[in-house]
Amino acid sequence: VQNFITVMETLFQLVVFVFQGARVVVSRSFADFTPQATFDIKKCDLHRLEEGPPVKAELTREQGLQYYRTMQTVRRMELKADQLYKQKIIRGFCHLYDGQEACAAGIEAAINPSDHLITAYRAHGYTYTRGVSVKEILAELTGRRGGVAKGKGGSMHMYAPHFYGGNGIVGAQVPLGAGIALACQYQGNNQVCVTLYGDGAANQGQLFESYNMAALWKLPCIFICENNKYGMGTSVERAAASTDYYKRGDFIPGLRVDGMDVLCVREAAQFAADHCRAGKGPIIMELQTYRYHGHSMSDPGVSYRTREEIQEVRSKSDPISMLKERMLSHNMASVEEFKEIDIEIRKQVEDATQFATSDPEPPLEELCNHIFSNNPLLEVRGTNPWSKLKSVS
Amino acid sequence: MAAAARLFLRGANSKLSIAPGSLGTTHAAHFTFQPDPVPSQYGPTQKMNLFQSITSALDNTLASDPTAVIFGEDVAFGGVFRCTVGLRDKYGKDRVFNTPLCEQGIVGFGIGVAVAGATAIAEIQFADYIFPAFDQIVNEAAKYRYRSGNMFDCGNLTIRAPWGCVGHGSLYHSQSPEAFFAHCPGLKVVIPRSPIQAKGLLLSCIADKNPCIFFEPKILYRAAVEQVPEDPYTIPLSQAEVLQEGSDVTLVAWGTQIHVLKEVASMAQEKLGVSCEVIDLQTILPWDIETVCKSVVKTGRLLISHEAPVTGGFASEISSTVQEECFLNLEAPISRVCGYDTPFPHIFEPFYIPDKWKCFEAIKKMINY
Repeated sequence: VQNFITVMETLFQLVVFVFQGARVVVSRSFADFTPQATFDIKKCDLHRLEEGPPVKAELTREQGLQYYRTMQTVRRMELKADQLYKQKIIRGFCHLYDGQEACAAGIEAAINPSDHLITAYRAHGYTYTRGVSVKEILAELTGRRGGVAKGKGGSMHMYAPHFYGGNGIVGAQVPLGAGIALACQYQGNNQVCVTLYGDGAANQGQLFESYNMAALWKLPCIFICENNKYGMGTSVERAAASTDYYKRGDFIPGLRVDGMDVLCVREAAQFAADHCRAGKGPIIMELQTYRYHGHSMSDPGVSYRTREEIQEVRSKSDPISMLKERMLSHNMASVEEFKEIDIEIRKQVEDATQFATSDPEPPLEELCNHIFSNNPLLEVRGTNPWSKLKSVS
Repeated sequence: MAAAARLFLRGANSKLSIAPGSLGTTHAAHFTFQPDPVPSQYGPTQKMNLFQSITSALDNTLASDPTAVIFGEDVAFGGVFRCTVGLRDKYGKDRVFNTPLCEQGIVGFGIGVAVAGATAIAEIQFADYIFPAFDQIVNEAAKYRYRSGNMFDCGNLTIRAPWGCVGHGSLYHSQSPEAFFAHCPGLKVVIPRSPIQAKGLLLSCIADKNPCIFFEPKILYRAAVEQVPEDPYTIPLSQAEVLQEGSDVTLVAWGTQIHVLKEVASMAQEKLGVSCEVIDLQTILPWDIETVCKSVVKTGRLLISHEAPVTGGFASEISSTVQEECFLNLEAPISRVCGYDTPFPHIFEPFYIPDKWKCFEAIKKMINY
């Protein structure tokens, strides 16, 4: 690739030399790069569907750089969260998303900002793609007032407009997602709700209740199972009678998608969104992905899987590397450009960390705020009859 | 099992002593565990912490009762709090096995196992996750004997769950839901304060012919170390224990909060000259009304303390019953020092929990009433 670029450079300079009078451009011109290319993507396994998403995906240069930027930001942010947790600046529970960035980036690329999304506790990536800044996310992790939930939620409870979190109880968010989809249908606004859950949650009863309601009433709900092969420490074979999670909806059509390829995810999510918007009812997508970290920060992640396995995925299917190689091999961007983006992101995350560690914690009055919605000031009973605290909302 | 050597702990209890404070905040535990004296009547003892005493109790059960089975999420490799380490290797994978992630399923399944005649010990990974199973526990397990006219029952069912605040658990790893279950006739709810109590009470729950819920204070899993008898022994249910005799104030609590109150009692003795009687309720339902009332008749003042929110917390039931029984003996209104009426907070935990200073303050007010 390096040679190819050098050749191109020389050629360009030759062209300039030939056409005298043309200004000699010192820096690389963007006319050098391929503006758009088509890539082959893996075919999706289908359940109760005649056709699936296309097997070729188009990618423009701008899109490619944007996906790269998104995924790299999420990656760096999660690694920074890991570091801060080990320094005990972040406490409580922290479930990291690195390795699965293609899912968040791909889904966001396929839906509109006015669509809705709800997920479980491994939510930092989605919080970012739904529009919250790295600064606010890190400040929420460290429990400061600048955090997206005012420091009261922590890692598992981050929210944004049209992003409903961030939910701690496994599987509890899926009926909520079906409900949001009902609201979309009721209001007739052509929006869809993307409801995410993991392979562990796929065995919860409430999911099947949601599938039934969504299919019965043809709700515009995209159920997405992010199958990272391990539910905490239990591999999918040991937890599920059927590991074909895309078929678990039985009467709901399903797709199995390569979740490490951002283009594959995007095309599948686009297909699913079109399916829902056309009024055909819900659809299930299983994204086959992988997480590099353990389940949470207290899990080393190697007692139930081998380091070799993690290394293999990192070297062969890392989503960020895959996108980068694709773009470089088709001459859609240069190595320097990627480096520049990396440096920018690093700085962004450093600044965010600075904010997150220096912002003050929420004031004590916040302890009792937002319990109820009330007009007159509500009094909250404290630990003994003589202490009463004020609550507002 | 190599996996057993490297277990991960979701509610890691290793940071109970004062952790290196980052940004000037300290994370000292709000209590100091006070071990009981070594029991001599049950045979040879061994140093064990809370999770080891639970393992010992389960080991005794699986050895003596051939129908006993243990199941729950991740129990096979030893459990996220190491309560079932080694049991699968010793007794086989048909007796100690994992369930998929489905609490309602776990309890419902447990009820079925119990009704059919086997001893079922179900583990819910955190008490905060017990709510999907709430319907099964309240509507099925508790009412089985009553509605079948004593033909069937699920007395063989015991449900164990880690319970209570842990310093960094926040909303969904710190709850104390005993009050929800106290409202349900047909169940027994038991909470130990230490390893010796835990083993005895758990064995009693398993032997008891009623469905029992056994909450284990997770913050004590490693912090509480005592000399626990190796042989099986039982501690009777529905009997509160008077840990310390006193004449001025009765202090009632259960679980971790007992250790807070013991410290408060010594503070009160030192600084106020007030002699406190400390009672560990142990069994929440059915609770030992007699012991508590006898004590209040003697002292005239009662303070009840728990981590759960004050409105509708179990202290309200105790308070109400005591004022009915001992109205004329009371010298001051009954005091409840409990958690605030908020969801269990993440960052505000040190302010939320009923620590020793709040209890001490309440005693002062009662004495000066």
